Amino acid sequence: MSSAPRRPRAVRRLFGPDHAADVRDELEFHLAAKVDDLVARGWTPDEARREAERQLGDRRSLQRIGEHIGGTMNRRQRLGDYWRECLQDLHFAGRAFARERGFALVAVLVLALAIGANVATFSVINTLILRPLPFPDAGQLAWIAPPPSGCGLSCATYSSDAYEEFRDQSRVYQGVTGYFAFSGPDNVRLDRGGDMVPATGLDVISNFFEVLGVTPAMGRAFTADDARTGARPVALLSHAYWVRQFAADRSIVGTDVMLNGHPTTVIGVLPASFDFGSVFLPGARVDLFTPLDLDAARDWGNIVTLVGRLRPGATLDQARDDASRIAPNLYFNVKYPQTRGQYRNGLVPVPLETHVSGEWHRPLVVLWSAVGLILLIACVNLSNLLLVRGAARSKEVAMRQALGATRARLVRQALTESLALSLTGAAFGLAAAFGLVRWLAHHGDLDLPLLNGVTIDTAAVLWTVLVAMVAAALFGLVPALKMTGDNVQEALKDSGPAAGRGQRHERLRLGLVIAEIALASVLLVGAGLLLRSFINVLDVNLGFTPEQAATMAVDYDDAAPSAEAGARKRVAAFERILDRVDAIPGIDSAGITDYLPFGANRSWGTLVPKGKVYRPGEVSPPLVYVVTPGFFRATGIGLKGRDFTWDDRFGGQPVIVINASAARFYWPDENAVGKFLSNGRADLQVIGVADDVREERVEDGSGWQVYYPATQESPSGARLVIRSRLPVDTLGSTVLHALRELNPTQPAVALTPLHTLVSHAVSPRRFFMILVAAMAGLGLFLAALGIHGVISYSVARQSRDIGVRMALGASVGRVRRDVLMATLRVTLWGIGVGIVVSLVVARLIASLLFDTSPWDVTTYIAMAAIFLAVALVSGYLPARKASRVDPMIALRSN
Amino acid sequence: MDRAKLDLVRGTLDVLILKALVWGPLHGYAITGFIRAESDEALLVEEGTLYPALWRLESKKLVEAEWGLSENNRKAKFYRLTPAGRRHLQRETATWEAYAAAVAKVLGATQPSPRRKPA
Repeated sequence: MSSAPRRPRAVRRLFGPDHAADVRDELEFHLAAKVDDLVARGWTPDEARREAERQLGDRRSLQRIGEHIGGTMNRRQRLGDYWRECLQDLHFAGRAFARERGFALVAVLVLALAIGANVATFSVINTLILRPLPFPDAGQLAWIAPPPSGCGLSCATYSSDAYEEFRDQSRVYQGVTGYFAFSGPDNVRLDRGGDMVPATGLDVISNFFEVLGVTPAMGRAFTADDARTGARPVALLSHAYWVRQFAADRSIVGTDVMLNGHPTTVIGVLPASFDFGSVFLPGARVDLFTPLDLDAARDWGNIVTLVGRLRPGATLDQARDDASRIAPNLYFNVKYPQTRGQYRNGLVPVPLETHVSGEWHRPLVVLWSAVGLILLIACVNLSNLLLVRGAARSKEVAMRQALGATRARLVRQALTESLALSLTGAAFGLAAAFGLVRWLAHHGDLDLPLLNGVTIDTAAVLWTVLVAMVAAALFGLVPALKMTGDNVQEALKDSGPAAGRGQRHERLRLGLVIAEIALASVLLVGAGLLLRSFINVLDVNLGFTPEQAATMAVDYDDAAPSAEAGARKRVAAFERILDRVDAIPGIDSAGITDYLPFGANRSWGTLVPKGKVYRPGEVSPPLVYVVTPGFFRATGIGLKGRDFTWDDRFGGQPVIVINASAARFYWPDENAVGKFLSNGRADLQVIGVADDVREERVEDGSGWQVYYPATQESPSGARLVIRSRLPVDTLGSTVLHALRELNPTQPAVALTPLHTLVSHAVSPRRFFMILVAAMAGLGLFLAALGIHGVISYSVARQSRDIGVRMALGASVGRVRRDVLMATLRVTLWGIGVGIVVSLVVARLIASLLFDTSPWDVTTYIAMAAIFLAVALVSGYLPARKASRVDPMIALRSN
Repeated sequence: MDRAKLDLVRGTLDVLILKALVWGPLHGYAITGFIRAESDEALLVEEGTLYPALWRLESKKLVEAEWGLSENNRKAKFYRLTPAGRRHLQRETATWEAYAAAVAKVLGATQPSPRRKPA
């Protein structure tokens, strides 16, 4: 028994895995022992053998049981061993990182930044592109509009008649609905016990919520009866407004509130998940919804957008065929037969999702690529750091190898360390992304759809883990293989870093730094191009001067039995308001308009010079503005001819101002002032030509625009525009006070600088530019870190050579110069590769640029200059260190 | 034998095996010999039950196995108690003794007095 060996593990290693043999041998021994016993008791060997086998019974089933139990045990054993080893590795990694705190800190920080950026971007992309819209069966929803053209939303709308006929004639929809496209912010006045509070209301066709699949959280949705002329006014509140304005009071449902002076019943509150603005009007909020009276709006022109829900099984192709079948039969207004066919080719259904977020696909993909590049750069950087660390630890590794650790085991140990780093970085990154995403979701004025729904969800967390693991493999594998692949004997020799291996290492490290610089260059070029585009966009001549101008919604009452009486009442109110505001010291000019640029707009059909005939489609309907005298001056729109005056009376000669584009089209070689345009009912005299005003997007040219005087046409709402050098904050209360003196029902709205309209319009561009610039900055920083690391290391490694050279008389300057030249060589290589890659890649972002070539020479030169400067700074520190090497010390060491 | 009896035997067998290993490693054949001899030939352990029981104890880490050489210089699998096995044996022995004492006490009872009848 004493002969039983005392090394169970080693023995098990040798025999363990073969359970079948184990069981066989064990049973065989049992038989042999029993036969020995029986023979000793006088049995013949043959009989003894037979008796022993009889006693053993069914040997085969016993064999099976043994193999089964052995297999289970072995699996459990292996798993246990694996975890034990992992824990061991982790423990080891923890000890190592505690020793090299600086290294661990830098690594975790770099990873946290890179992974955080990736996760935040993923969350945005997940919400905008990957996840369906927040409606049930969102795939069935279609946005029905003309093919894209210059006039934006106003061309994407339809008249009451067109809507109804389309709804009745189409065969592929479960329901067709729409909303009034032209309401502005703060267009509703809520009377809270004498306190006038502005709110933003929106008219929707009564089946709007039914078609979208939105059920009110409380109360009921609209019915067709609610939208009939003369029906009792009702309203639905958005969840956010209900919480903000009514303190989430449940009893508000069913009671009346005073809206624009009319008692209106609150019939329900919409669910919190429904945010109209984030889907249809990014950056805008809608407080309450009212049913659109299609009959009353029949003569208002194109006012509603169309949204349809396809029948189950109906395809978009069928919907397109269906629409092109119906379009030629639609009337703009059934009262006028000649308006039949105006919508030919004007109805094209696209998925609602495409309408909402389609234009963001490319920018987001670019952003995704940018964060991907950052991750790559971070990984390259960490690879480099790990290589340095590996070089320092080569002796330890060689020792373990000599003691019998396999290469696979050592690689696994190294990868466990990488994974530990990566996951720690990912945890911090996730926290950072969480903060960033929360900020984004509550950064309401950004003109990006669906942002309020951006969250770190399960998918984002899974993505984080995936990214962390991929990153760990990316940055951990090469150093791990490199570190363990070295010759054991060479590493163990006590002679400092072996020359040959060092050089091979160094070449790999240089290659990595060059890759890092190249990647960062690509990012820098991208950011530079976007920055230049952004500057160009800000430089665009908008056609008006937003600086020193501000605007405020104005309440007025022109309800009257006849259009003429209404006009008289309105003009009197406007004149009083403008007189009063003009008299405020510091205000240079003031005017009123119903629509402002970069917001809602509308058109009233086409205008043609008398007696002229155009091909169908040649004349497009201009955008319409109803304005008072003084508007052009207050807004800073250049005007040739004369401004409107209060003497352009209702019933007198109708006058208009058209923009330069329209004037150029109608009268290419003549002065348009004094000419007449016909709208089919009356001849309108052109008294002035205004500058083209950018309307939909800052980047796009202007379509046709026409201005009517508020004395002759009825505006849909009023926005006061003032021009003053005084700051908006101080002016706001003065103006509001003046307005309230004239009209006690004027709501307390804010005076907003006109410039906010522009910054809102360019906010996505600025947003992307800043993000990509931040990525580029991060990339530059990481590359600088990489350069510094690789140069420092090579200086440290060569300190003996440097010492010798200095002992032989090399000057401090000479040593420094050599180090800096080495830095420059690496950087130039990186920049060179980066430029080549950029030249290819830049084409992909061409569509995001404005007035900037993807091969913009200035940008490329600036990038190279910035990089060289940064490289010199990061190379200077090691250079200085090199020049301070004391020859005596360097020579004595080792 | 019906199932309940089999289970009882198997549970008991585990304790007997562990007991057999208290003084040092033994191979399977020696364990059967030990049980037979110590029970004065009253308990005969069949191979078909002994080995599965041994393997299960091994997989539960109550015993561990090593290959070594028997008295006759044959390659044999020796089993040895692990610390966990030793603890298990102590626990089971205590339980078994308490059980046996209780059963013995009941079986040795005289006629109970009327007052001790359950109410």
